[in-house]
Amino acid sequence: MKVEVRLFATFRNERFKKKSFEISSGITTPKEILADLGIKESSVAILLVNGIHSKINMPLKDGDIISLFPPVGGG
Amino acid sequence: MYGYNGKILRINLKNKSYNIEKLDTDMAKKFIGGRGLGTKIFKDEVNPKVDAFSPENKLLIVSGPLTGTPIFTSGRYMVVTKSPLSGTIASSNSGGKWGAELKFAGYDVIIIEEKADKPIYIEIVDDKIEFKDASYLWGKVVSETTKILEDSSVQGAKIMTIGPAGENLSKMAAIMNDNDRAAGRSGVGAVMGSKNLKAITIKGSNKPQVYDSDALKKLSKELLVKIKENGVTGQGLPTYGTAVLVNILNEIGCHPTNNFQKSYFENADEISGETMAEKFLIKKTACFRCPIGCGRHVRIGDGEGGGPEYETLWSFGSDCGIDDLDAIIKANYWCNEMGLDTISAGATIAAAIELHQEGYIKDEELDGLSLEFGNGTDIVEWTKRIGRSEGLGRKMAEGSYRLAESYGAPELSMTVKKLEIPAYDPRGIQGQGLQYATSNRGGCHVRGYLISPEILGLPEQLDRFKIEGKAMWAKTFQDLTASIDSLGLCLFTSFAFGAEDYANMVNAICGTNHTADSILETGDRIWNLEKQFNLDAGIAPGEDKLPKRLLEEKIPDGPSKGWVHKLSELLPEYYSLRGWNKDGIPKEEKLEELGL
Repeated sequence: MKVEVRLFATFRNERFKKKSFEISSGITTPKEILADLGIKESSVAILLVNGIHSKINMPLKDGDIISLFPPVGGG
Repeated sequence: MYGYNGKILRINLKNKSYNIEKLDTDMAKKFIGGRGLGTKIFKDEVNPKVDAFSPENKLLIVSGPLTGTPIFTSGRYMVVTKSPLSGTIASSNSGGKWGAELKFAGYDVIIIEEKADKPIYIEIVDDKIEFKDASYLWGKVVSETTKILEDSSVQGAKIMTIGPAGENLSKMAAIMNDNDRAAGRSGVGAVMGSKNLKAITIKGSNKPQVYDSDALKKLSKELLVKIKENGVTGQGLPTYGTAVLVNILNEIGCHPTNNFQKSYFENADEISGETMAEKFLIKKTACFRCPIGCGRHVRIGDGEGGGPEYETLWSFGSDCGIDDLDAIIKANYWCNEMGLDTISAGATIAAAIELHQEGYIKDEELDGLSLEFGNGTDIVEWTKRIGRSEGLGRKMAEGSYRLAESYGAPELSMTVKKLEIPAYDPRGIQGQGLQYATSNRGGCHVRGYLISPEILGLPEQLDRFKIEGKAMWAKTFQDLTASIDSLGLCLFTSFAFGAEDYANMVNAICGTNHTADSILETGDRIWNLEKQFNLDAGIAPGEDKLPKRLLEEKIPDGPSKGWVHKLSELLPEYYSLRGWNKDGIPKEEKLEELGL
């Protein structure tokens, strides 16, 4: 199955904006995706799965969109 | 006298005269300063039913006790008047350096009364006040006026001015200072224009006295650590400014698009903070004593200037269906030059596009311009026409509510109390929607920024769809914000600071005995005072509402698909927590408790 990972702000540096990931047997949650991308869990301020704030150990399913933001804000 | 200067400068434009009066500091402390003190003085002196453009309306420029002090972000001042757009109390806040200079000149408050018989500007150098002819400045844009007055004033003078929009009484006109900082909302620039007052230049040579300098130094060190270690104030805002919110709000499907017809914009990344940083950013900029530096200085065509904030990227971008960042940056530039509120101006163009789409505005009214969602070609020209009140631009300059109402379709205006709602769709952010509806100045995000807990997870992550507990969050954020606005500090500090930090700051500077609770209680007092003014002004309690679209039309697609706002379920608890009756009117015992 496939999921889409979208990176924002400084997470894009030397990585990508958007990428499709083939989920292997070892990758089932955002936690493994972060490890694969070399992004520290503590640096993630907002983690969305399909636009909904989610936990890092949430089981993923085919077609999920994972959006990752470092601390950002304003208004 | 610590923090405060203890002086009010009262100016009569009709007589070209002034008085310097003693500030009642006991009264000032009860309302802190800025927004609170300004509202108290305004309410005491002005008939709430006054026509906003009549000479009897007053324009107050109010610093906080922390404005101009060494504490971080202390450059802010507040403009308090009656809004010509909403008819509510208007408290419009600005940063830059002008506010600090007001304190250096020796005043806490400037009260501007009556109307000049022809255009003038006021030159203030400490206790020397001069009224000068501004006929030659009338009609000039903000940067040109600022340059002329900088060159003709004493060195280092700071310039506040209106642009053509304020002169033409656009109800969306801002008061600009330091070129591109704006007291943007509620049409305060038009009140200044109605008084034939083009500008105020100011230069001071005093520094406000601090009660306990040692305590302040120690506290400042601690607070700087908090600002630097907080992810938003230490990394996010300095790196990307507020523009970084485009992608966040879009990813959760709460980024209003095409005048709130949708809330997900497919091309949002094209107008995002990330794209602006990559293609247009030259450097970041900062206001007085600000270690955050959220301002953007960007390339504009062959030139450069202040860059758009998140709200502006949204209003001229997604809300108009436009993904042309170059055009948005130019529209923002022209809002600054004309002296226009970028939120209301962009949102009014979005409403005009829908009015055109629905056949209310006819092609023959467009004078050859396009007015379509997704067509960025002419938004810069529309911005200029609004500023100059030309053609259809004259109707747009009245704001989206009066524009839509004039065509018999007020429901197409996305406003609360006639003030345009900003860039967060409340259908998918329930607490923020309650805050919009109950805001004392109408559709506004900075009266209580519930985006912080509902989206950004600060100070904790709330479920944005749930209504439980949101009434208390809204009240608490509104009260704390009212106090921060009154201190003279930037709201962005609240990402890193709590109520206790603000109490410590004001105590070190003013020698007061504030606690976290008393900071919140003072905010509650200010909120109730504003509410009283609005009720006296004839703003009905039933005006605490949201546009029909947000209550009845489900978000059609994206991650927040299917949601509407549940205002009727939230209001009773909110009114109860405020100590108001079921109709939203403060109870006598509540007002007594707050000493009102």
